[in-house]
Amino acid sequence: MPDVLDRPVASELTLAPTDERAARRTLLDQVAHLETELGQVFCSGWPRKDMAPPLVAGRGGGPRLLSLAELEELRDDLADRVSDARRALSDRTWVEDQNRRLIEEMMLAPEQHKWRRVSAEDIGERGCRHWHVRPRLSFIGMFMGWWRVVVSSGCPLAT
Amino acid sequence: MTELELDLVNGWVEPELAEEFPELSLVHTTLDVRPGPSPREVKQRLRMLADRYTGGKVVHMRQDPVPWAYRVFSRQVGIDPDHDRTPVEAVALRRLKDGGLHSENVVDDALTVAIAETGVPLLALDSERVQGELGLRLGRAGETLGETRPLSSRQLVVADRQAPVALVLGEVSEAAGVTPETERMTLCALGVKGVPRISLEEALWCAAETLYT
Repeated sequence: MPDVLDRPVASELTLAPTDERAARRTLLDQVAHLETELGQVFCSGWPRKDMAPPLVAGRGGGPRLLSLAELEELRDDLADRVSDARRALSDRTWVEDQNRRLIEEMMLAPEQHKWRRVSAEDIGERGCRHWHVRPRLSFIGMFMGWWRVVVSSGCPLAT
Repeated sequence: MTELELDLVNGWVEPELAEEFPELSLVHTTLDVRPGPSPREVKQRLRMLADRYTGGKVVHMRQDPVPWAYRVFSRQVGIDPDHDRTPVEAVALRRLKDGGLHSENVVDDALTVAIAETGVPLLALDSERVQGELGLRLGRAGETLGETRPLSSRQLVVADRQAPVALVLGEVSEAAGVTPETERMTLCALGVKGVPRISLEEALWCAAETLYT
């Protein structure tokens, strides 16, 4: 009985070096995995120009061996950024889907979308192309209700 | 043209660092070359390299295996690779911002060509100002990079037997860097998890060939 009571409990509560090494290895792997995900989400945003890059601040002090707490903090920051970036991209693609649907509706019934204009950027594509509902034969078309979708031919030539 | 031969040496890695990053390595080689302006062929090669870059390619570069490996390593050692760019991304961004890869001198140009071709970060040191074998270790309390730059006790450095000569993925000490008086230089390639040794060798060969052009 005295043997049991005298056992040093504190040494069991502190993190043994092997455990810390395993924890560090796991955290480093998680950081690598999250960095990959962050890269994938960022690249999925291309060619959208107004998507902010998902920044995760450096830990400061140049390249160094981070403490366990710093690695945990870095992992959590990365996980937050991945989640924020995914949400932003998802919101953006939802709007683009709506715009694609709008183009289809404009094509089917141009007279219901008079003067409406959707650009390639609005549907997440590159280039200066746009879909514009305009009247045929200018004022005559306006009065007669002859509306059509004009698809622009692309970007102006560089001067 | 004589055939180029390189003596590739594996640098040492401090055990504590090797334990944290088992695949971290440093390969270096020494060359009898002097710095100077770049010959026409090197400038031409820079122009050809610059033509390969497009916005989309630069954005997607972070998903290519080698640049990705260095991004991950940067992140794991506390650097934000979107702020302090890895060397290959820095070259790509310089190309986009400047509209080309402008020649500086044969040493910088050789490093630029090798980094752009392989994605492996390289650094050049003056062999005469390096004392003994090169390797990777953690900075010690009170140490400085050169005479002025203080280092923290856990910072990752490229060091010779006496002192740090460069930060990993960072600046080179003015006490060990290449100067116009340099007659022999040591090229070092940093290897991390996910980058095969052959890529490091390719980077060193590529830089050496450019320097001997």
